[in-house]
Amino acid sequence: MPAIEVSGLRKAYGSLEAVRGVDFSIEEGEVFGLLGPNGAGKTTTVEILEGYRERDAGDVRVLGHDPKRPGPDFRERIGVVLQQSEMWPNLTVRETHAIFAGYYRAPRDVDEVVALVGLQEKANARIKSLSGGQKRRLDLGLALVGDPDLVFLDEPTTGFDPQARRAAWEMIRSLRSLGKTVLLTTHYLDEAEQLADRVAVMRAGQIVRIGTPSELTTTELQTEIRYRENGEEVLVQTGEPTRVLAELTAAAVARGEELEGLQVRRPTLEEVYLSLTAEEDGVEA
Amino acid sequence: MSAEAIRIGARRPARRLFFHQLRSEQLVFWRSREAAFFIFLFPLLLFVLLGSVYRGRIYGVPAPQFLLAGLIGYGCANTAFAGLAIQLVLRRENGILKRLRSTPLPPATYVGSLLVSTLIVFSLQTVALFLLGKALHDTPFPSDIASFIATIVIGAAVFAALGTATASVIRSAEGSSAVVNFILLPMAFLSGSFGPTLHYPAFLRAIGDVLPLKYFIDLVKAVYLHGHGIWTRPQDLAVLAAWGIGGVIFTKFKFGWEPRER
Repeated sequence: MPAIEVSGLRKAYGSLEAVRGVDFSIEEGEVFGLLGPNGAGKTTTVEILEGYRERDAGDVRVLGHDPKRPGPDFRERIGVVLQQSEMWPNLTVRETHAIFAGYYRAPRDVDEVVALVGLQEKANARIKSLSGGQKRRLDLGLALVGDPDLVFLDEPTTGFDPQARRAAWEMIRSLRSLGKTVLLTTHYLDEAEQLADRVAVMRAGQIVRIGTPSELTTTELQTEIRYRENGEEVLVQTGEPTRVLAELTAAAVARGEELEGLQVRRPTLEEVYLSLTAEEDGVEA
Repeated sequence: MSAEAIRIGARRPARRLFFHQLRSEQLVFWRSREAAFFIFLFPLLLFVLLGSVYRGRIYGVPAPQFLLAGLIGYGCANTAFAGLAIQLVLRRENGILKRLRSTPLPPATYVGSLLVSTLIVFSLQTVALFLLGKALHDTPFPSDIASFIATIVIGAAVFAALGTATASVIRSAEGSSAVVNFILLPMAFLSGSFGPTLHYPAFLRAIGDVLPLKYFIDLVKAVYLHGHGIWTRPQDLAVLAAWGIGGVIFTKFKFGWEPRER
C-alpha cells in the first residue's frame, strides 16, 4: 500500500485556485520531492496531507487515513516540519524534545534524537540562543522524536548557508536509511536532485512533470547540437540526437568539411525545471 | 505493520498526558523571567507600594485588607486574562500552536492543562499576597476557606475565558501586550483594584459597573473581608457567569490555531 495517494486534489482560497487537480502517490520508504517556485501550491498540498486544511475536491489517503478525519493513530505516525515555526524560547533543546516525546506512545530516546540532528553540544542550550540552522535542526528532531513512519518537510533548508544545507541534506538522507517515507517540498532544484527518489514539478497549482531526476532530464527537453557554419552559429534541437548527428556528420564528411565547434549536450535538470515552471508566467530565473 | 500492536498496547492514559502537559506548561511559565515578573510578582509589588500609601480604614475595613482584596482581583485579571491572552497570541503567531496540532496531543488536553497551569500560578500568587499581607500589615487569612477557593477558581475560569476571547481578536504578536494592557489597566482602575472608587465621577463608576472585574472584587470582598459564603452573592456570580460564557462562546467561534500574519 502506498504511504500517500492523492488524486484530483483541488483547493481554492476565495478566487485563487491554489491547487488545481493534483495526482501522485508515494511508496513506503520513498523520498518524494515537490519542487516548484513560491506560490506553486506546494505548501497547500502538503498542509492538506498533514490535516491542516480542508480540500475542495479529490481523494487523499495518508497512511490509510483521510487526514481530515484521521483515526487515533494518524498523528502518532507522522512527523511534521512546518515552513515556519518557533518553539518556547526559554526551554532547552533537550527539554523541548522531552516535551514532544511525551505526546507519543512509543517515542524514540530523546538524547539519541538530539544527537541524530547534531545538536548534542546544544542539548542544554536555550532555544533562543540557537542559530537559524540549529533551530531548523530542532524542528527536525521534534518531527522525529515520535518515531514517525512518514515525515513531512516543508522547505527544510530555505535560508540556510551552503554548509548548513549540506548538513541538513545528510540528515534527510539518514531518514531514508531509517526506512522513513519523506515528502519534501523545496524550491531548490539541487535539493530535489540530491535528496529525492522522485520529483514532481509543480507550477500554478498543477503537477507539470513527475519522475526520477534522471527521467526528467532525459525525457524532457530535446538534445542540443551546436556547430558553426560559415561563421554562423547553428543550433539543432532534436529528440533523435543519434540519427540527426549521424546525418550531419555524414554530410559534412561527404563535403570534406569540419563541423566547427561541434557540441552535443543534454539539457541539465535546471534547464528542464526552468522551462517547465516559466512557461506561462514568463518568469526568468 | 507489526509496530502497531505494540503501540496500541502501550497507549497511555489521558490523565498521564494531561499531567505531562501541565508540567510542561509550568516549566515554560517559570522559565520565562518576563512572565514570572510581570504576571506573578507585579501584583505583589503593587500591594507593597499601595500598602504604604493607604493608611487607616477604608469603608470601615483596615486599608491593607481592603487593598489585598482589590489586588487579588487585579492578580486574577493580570494572570488569567492578560497573561494568558499574551501567551496564546505569541504561541499562535510563532507557530507553536500549529505545530502542536500535528502531534497526538488532543486540543482539549492542551487547553485544559493551560487553564489549570494558569490557575496554579494565580493560586500561588494569592497565597503569596496573603503571606505578604500577614508579614507587613498583619492581615488575616480568609475564614471561609471553601468559599474563598471557589471564588478563586471561578475568577480564574471567567478571566481565562475572556483572555482566550481577546487572544482570538488580536492579530499580531507585537501588538498583543499593548491591546491587553489597554483593556486591563483601565478595567482594574475602574473596578477598584487599586483603592476605593466611591469618589470617582458617576460615569466612570457606571463603566466599572458593567465590567466583570468589579463583580469579582465584590465577591472577594464579601468572602474575605466580611466572611460571607460565596452563595450569598448570586448577583455577582450571575454577572461573572455571563461574562465567562460569553468569552467561551466567542472563543469557540473565533479562536484559530494558526498564525494570522503571513
